[in-house]
Formats: sequence, C-alpha cells, structure tokens
Amino acid sequence: MLLVIVYVGAVAVLFLFVVMMLNIKTATLKKGFQAYLPAGLIFAAVLALELGAIIIHKNNEVPKQEISSAIEEAAKGMAKDNDGGKHLKKTDTNAHKIGEVLYTDYILFFQICGLVLFVAMIGAIVLTLRQREGVRKQNISRQNSRTRADSIEVVKVEAGKGI
Amino acid sequence: MKENILNIGLNHYLILAAILFVIAVCGIFLARKNIINIMMSIEVMLLAVNINFVAFSSYTGDLKGQIFTFFILTVAAAEAAIGLAILVCYYRNRGSIEVEDISTLKG
Repeated sequence: MLLVIVYVGAVAVLFLFVVMMLNIKTATLKKGFQAYLPAGLIFAAVLALELGAIIIHKNNEVPKQEISSAIEEAAKGMAKDNDGGKHLKKTDTNAHKIGEVLYTDYILFFQICGLVLFVAMIGAIVLTLRQREGVRKQNISRQNSRTRADSIEVVKVEAGKGI
Repeated sequence: MKENILNIGLNHYLILAAILFVIAVCGIFLARKNIINIMMSIEVMLLAVNINFVAFSSYTGDLKGQIFTFFILTVAAAEAAIGLAILVCYYRNRGSIEVEDISTLKG
C-alpha cells in the first residue's frame, strides 16, 4: 500500500511539473472532444462488456471446477491456523516475505531494474539539459586554471599621464 | 449472503481493475489531442494490470505476482520519465504538443 502511494505520488508530481512547465491552452485541447466521444464510448462499452462477461463467466465456472491442490492445501492450512494470527511470527509480514524472495531468487532482475531506472534517469537528463546563450554561469575549470600571468598586468605609468 | 457481499474477494479486485482499464481506454480515445492525457491513461492501464497481478498473487498465495508488480512499476516509471523528457524537448523545439502537429515525418 505504501508502495502504491509513493509511486503514484511520484509519477503524479512528475506529470504536474510537466503540465506546469508547458503552459498549454485548455481551449485548444478541448476542440476535438466531441468528435471522438461516440467512438470512444462505443469502444469502451465493448471492452467493458467483454471484461464483464469474462468475470461473470469465471464467477460461475471456476469455483465448481477443481481448484489446484496447492490452493486447497493453503486454504486448509489457513483454516487450521485461524487463531487470530497468534501463530504468526514477527517476521511473517508481507514486506518481509517479499524481501526474502526479491533479494535472493530475483536479485538479477532487481539489479536490472536498477539499471533500467538509471538509464532512464540519464536519458531524461540528457534530453532536457540545454546550454543557454547569454547566461552568466560559474565555470569552475576556467576559474581554477587562471594564473597570475593571464589575469594581472603590471603597467608602468609615467607621472602625469594616464594609461 | 450478506457476509458474502462484505467479504472482498478476488472478483472485486478484478472488477476494480477492469473498471480502471476501461476508464484508461476511454481516456485515450477522448483525449486524442493531448499527449499528456494519453500518457496518464497508459499509466492508469499499467496500474490496473498491477492490481490484477497483486490480486491473483494474494489469491494463489504465490509471491511471484507481487515481485512482478515491482518490475512493472519500474518499467512504468522509466517510461513516464523518458516520455515526459521527450515531450519537454519537443515543446522547446516546436512550441506545441498537439498530436496533429507531430507530422514532420510525413515530409
């Protein structure tokens, strides 16, 4: 649950920032709304009917047929252990179990996920970074490579004259 | 019967996921002008699939579904980041993000 909240919050804020950056007029966007309304509604209705049919069908069929033996055993075990969770250890939480599997059996996929996120981050930065002309920025390498010779010039000024 | 309604089972989650998916398809069809709306709809679709995964994972007592959900979330986040970055880049170049303006490749 926490994961969903964090993820949705992050993605929603990302979208909000982009919407904020791209000031778009909403009037132009609503122009074609009416034209696509019937097609969209028909398509959505068909899809909803299909999904509903599947779910209702499943509702009738599956409980009658054989459930796999693993599920039955699990159900039996659950019924046996139904003492209000007293038999559970402290480490029997969902997060703990996921961690036990995720960091052992799926460690390769986990690290590939990290790599995917890393590449996405670099890609996003490369795509959106830009150098503007005419902005005074601090150039650290130039600062550090300054020497006395190219920054100070000693001029002998004769008395009574300017430079 | 009353107890049966109050108990939230697999079917309720499936129905919720189906409703979310249909809403997302509706969003894609109705907001054809706006790329941001289309991308948000795609995110909602992925979330619906994730709900299905977690529901079946809980139903069968198998953790693999929840592990897979993590990977879907990762890919979805990467996709959103790259897509929005492309969008920002495009807006800087063209000053518009309407789908009909993206026709440069037509020549």
